[in-house]
Amino acid sequence: MLRRTFLGMLGTACVGASIPGVASASKEFNGYPGSKGVLFDATRCIGCRKCEEACNKVNELPAPDKKYDDLTVLDTKRRTDAKTLTVVNKYKSAKGPLFRKSQCNHCLEPACASACFVKAFKKLPNGAVVYDESVCVGCRYCMVACPFEIPAYEYDEPLTPRVMKCTMCAPRLAEGKLPGCVEGCPKEALVFGERDELLKIARKRIERNPDRYIDHIYGEKEMGGTSWLYLSGVPFSEIGMREDLGTKSAPELTAGALASVPMVAGLWPALLGGIYAVSKRKDKVAEEEKKEAVANAIAQASSQAEKTLSEALTKADVANKRQIEVEVKKAVEEALTPKEEQEENSEEES
Amino acid sequence: MSNPGNTGPKSVINTFNVIAGAIIVMGLVITVLRFTKGLGAVTNLDDNNPWGIWIGFDLLCGVALAAGGYTTSAACYIFGLKRFHSAVRPAILTAFLGYALVVFALQYDLGRPWRLPYPIFYQQGTTSLLFEVGLCVMLYLTVLFIEFTPAMFEWLGMKKLRAVVVKLTLALTIFGVVLSTLHQSSLGALYTIAPSKLHPLWYSPYLPVFFFVSSIAAGLSMVIFEGTLSHKKLHRMMDEEYLKHHDGVVLGFGKAASLVLFAYFAIKMIGLAYDNNWHYLTSGYGLWFMVEMIGFVVLPCFLFALGVREKNMSIIKKAAIITVLGIVLNRFNVSLVAFNYHLPSSERYFPTLMEIGISIFVVTLGVVIFRFITTRMPIFFEHPDYKGEH
Ligand code: SF4
Ligand code: SF4
Repeated sequence: MLRRTFLGMLGTACVGASIPGVASASKEFNGYPGSKGVLFDATRCIGCRKCEEACNKVNELPAPDKKYDDLTVLDTKRRTDAKTLTVVNKYKSAKGPLFRKSQCNHCLEPACASACFVKAFKKLPNGAVVYDESVCVGCRYCMVACPFEIPAYEYDEPLTPRVMKCTMCAPRLAEGKLPGCVEGCPKEALVFGERDELLKIARKRIERNPDRYIDHIYGEKEMGGTSWLYLSGVPFSEIGMREDLGTKSAPELTAGALASVPMVAGLWPALLGGIYAVSKRKDKVAEEEKKEAVANAIAQASSQAEKTLSEALTKADVANKRQIEVEVKKAVEEALTPKEEQEENSEEES
Repeated sequence: MSNPGNTGPKSVINTFNVIAGAIIVMGLVITVLRFTKGLGAVTNLDDNNPWGIWIGFDLLCGVALAAGGYTTSAACYIFGLKRFHSAVRPAILTAFLGYALVVFALQYDLGRPWRLPYPIFYQQGTTSLLFEVGLCVMLYLTVLFIEFTPAMFEWLGMKKLRAVVVKLTLALTIFGVVLSTLHQSSLGALYTIAPSKLHPLWYSPYLPVFFFVSSIAAGLSMVIFEGTLSHKKLHRMMDEEYLKHHDGVVLGFGKAASLVLFAYFAIKMIGLAYDNNWHYLTSGYGLWFMVEMIGFVVLPCFLFALGVREKNMSIIKKAAIITVLGIVLNRFNVSLVAFNYHLPSSERYFPTLMEIGISIFVVTLGVVIFRFITTRMPIFFEHPDYKGEH
C-alpha cells in the first residue's frame, strides 16, 4: 500500500513537473517596452555584403579571406563564426536569386541567456543580447541552446576562448549610433527602430503589397519573439529559415524541468525516510515474529520433551513398579535395622 | 571478457600494466596538445556541433553508468534489502570514481576549465539546467566521497572517524538519492531547450523522466556487470561473505532491472503517443529508434525476466551487458546521432581519433584506480576488525 502510494507520488512529481508550462514562470513576456530591433526585408536585399563589411569594421574583426566585393562567396552556404558575426546567404527561388542576412536575432527571452549557467548573457532593456567574456566558462551550452545556430566559438584559442555573436552593436547604440550593418546597407533592407514600430511598418508593407510579401512577420512570435524581424516574398523555409520552431520561448521549454527541482528536493527525503521507516518496521516485525516463533518452537519442544519424559517415566513406572516395590521394601527393611540403632545413638547424643 | 593467454595473475598484471601505461602516455600527449593548441586542434567540434563525445560519452554515459551507487545504497539502506549489502561498497566506489572522472574529463571540454567553480561560487545562472547538473554533481561527488571513506578509514585504522561516518549512512543515502534524481534527470532536461535540434523521436518534454528511469536500469546493470568483471579479475580480494551474497545480488538486481526496463519502455511509448510521433517510425531514424527500443530495452527486459525465472546467472549477466550498451547507445543518440539531425551530413559531427583517445584514457584511469583501491582497501571483503558491523 505504502509502496504504491509512493510510486504514484513519484510519478506525479516527475511527470507533472516535466509537462511544459505546468509550473512555468512564464507569464508571457513581450519584451522590454520601447526596446529596439531591426527589420530585415528580404525583398529589398541585393546581396551586396555591405552589411558584412560594416560589421567587420565596427567590431574590429580580423580581415576576411576574400574581399567583401567578391560575391562568389555567396555561392557557398555560410554561417556566423568567430570572425564573422553576420553573413548573407544566397538562395535560389522561382523569383530568381534571393538573399538573406543572418546574425543573432536578439530574442526577447534568449535561449542562450536561459541556458548559460554563469549568466554570461544578458538581454538589455534596449533589446540587445550581450555577452560577458569575463565570466564565461566555455561550456558552449549556449550554442547548443540557440535555435538559430548563431553563437560561435574561438576553438583555436587554447586559454581564453570566447563565444562570439552579434551584439546589435550595443556599444554604438549607447552612443546613439546605428548598428553598423544598418548604417552600411545601401538599399534600406535593414531598418532600425523600436520593435513595436517595426512591427507596424512590417504590417503596413504587407498590407500595401500583398503580392510582394507573404503574410508573416518572422520573429514576431518565433521562439517567444525576437528583436530582429524579417519580411519575405517567399516562404521563409526557402530562404533558409526554420518554420518549425514554434512560439514557445526557451524558458517555457525548460520551466517544467526546473520546477521539478524543489518538488524532488522537498518530497524525496520525506518519502525515502518513510520507506526507510516502513522497511525498518518490517524488519522489526519480522524480528519479533522470528523471536515469537523461536519461543513457540522452544515451548513446543519443551512441552513435547516433558510429555515424552513423563510418558517414559510412567512406562518405566509400570514396568519397574514391582521391582521398585521390592527394592524399596528391601531397602526399607535394611534401613530399619540400623535406624533403630541410629535412633538410640542420637538419643544418647542429645 | 576472457583474456586468452592470461593464465596466472602475474601475467595479467603485466599485460594490463603495459597496455594501461601506453594509453596513459597517449592521453598525456593529447592533453598537452589540447591545452596548448586549443579545442580546435584535437577535436572535430565546430560552431554547429559544440558538444561531441566528451559530453556525449564522458559526461552523459559516465553519469548514467555511475548510477549503481545510488541504486544500490538505496536498495540496501532505505528499502532495507540487507542482502544487497555486499554490493554497496563496490558500487559506491565505482560511482565515486565515475563521477570524479566525469569532472576530470570535463576539464578537457571546457574552454576555461579553471572557471568551473564560477557558476556555483561567483555568479549563479539558476535558469540553466546545466547549473543544476553542476551543483548536484558537485554535492553528490562530496556525498560519495564521504560514503566511501569508511573503507579508507578501515584501511588506515582510523576507528573513530569511521564510526562517525557510519552513523551518517542513512542521511547520506537519502541525500544521495535526491541529488541523483535531480541530476540524472537534468542531464536529459538539458536537451529540452532544443526541440528544433533533436529528432522528434528522441525529443520529448519527458526527457528528464526518461533519463532518470533509464539511469536506474543502468545502475542496476552496471552493478551486475562490474561484479562479474571483478569476479574474474579480482576474485582473490573477495571474502566468503561477498561471494555468498553475489548470486543473490545478481538475481535481485536482475529482477529489478527487468521491471525498470519494462516501465521505461512503457513511458517511452507514452512519450511517443503524447507527441503523436508514430509516423516517424517508418523513416530511417525510425528504424534506428526501433533498434534501440527493441534490441536494447525490450530484449534485455525479457532476458532479465527469463534469467531470474530460470535462476540462470549467465542470461542475467548478458542482459546486463546489453542494457549497459543500450544506455550508451541512448545517450549517444540523444547527444550526437539524433542531435542536429536537420543538418546536411557534411555538417554533422564525427569525433577525431584524439577525442576518442581522451575518452579511452579517462576510462583506463578509472580502471587503474579501481584496481589500486580494491586490491588494498576492504571493498570486496569485510575488514577483520569490523566484521558484521555495518
Ligand atoms: S538568436 Fe541565439 S544567440 Fe541570439 S539571442 Fe537568440 S538565442 Fe541568443
Ligand atoms: S559557453 Fe560561456 S556563455 Fe555559453 S553557456 Fe557556457 S558559460 Fe555561458
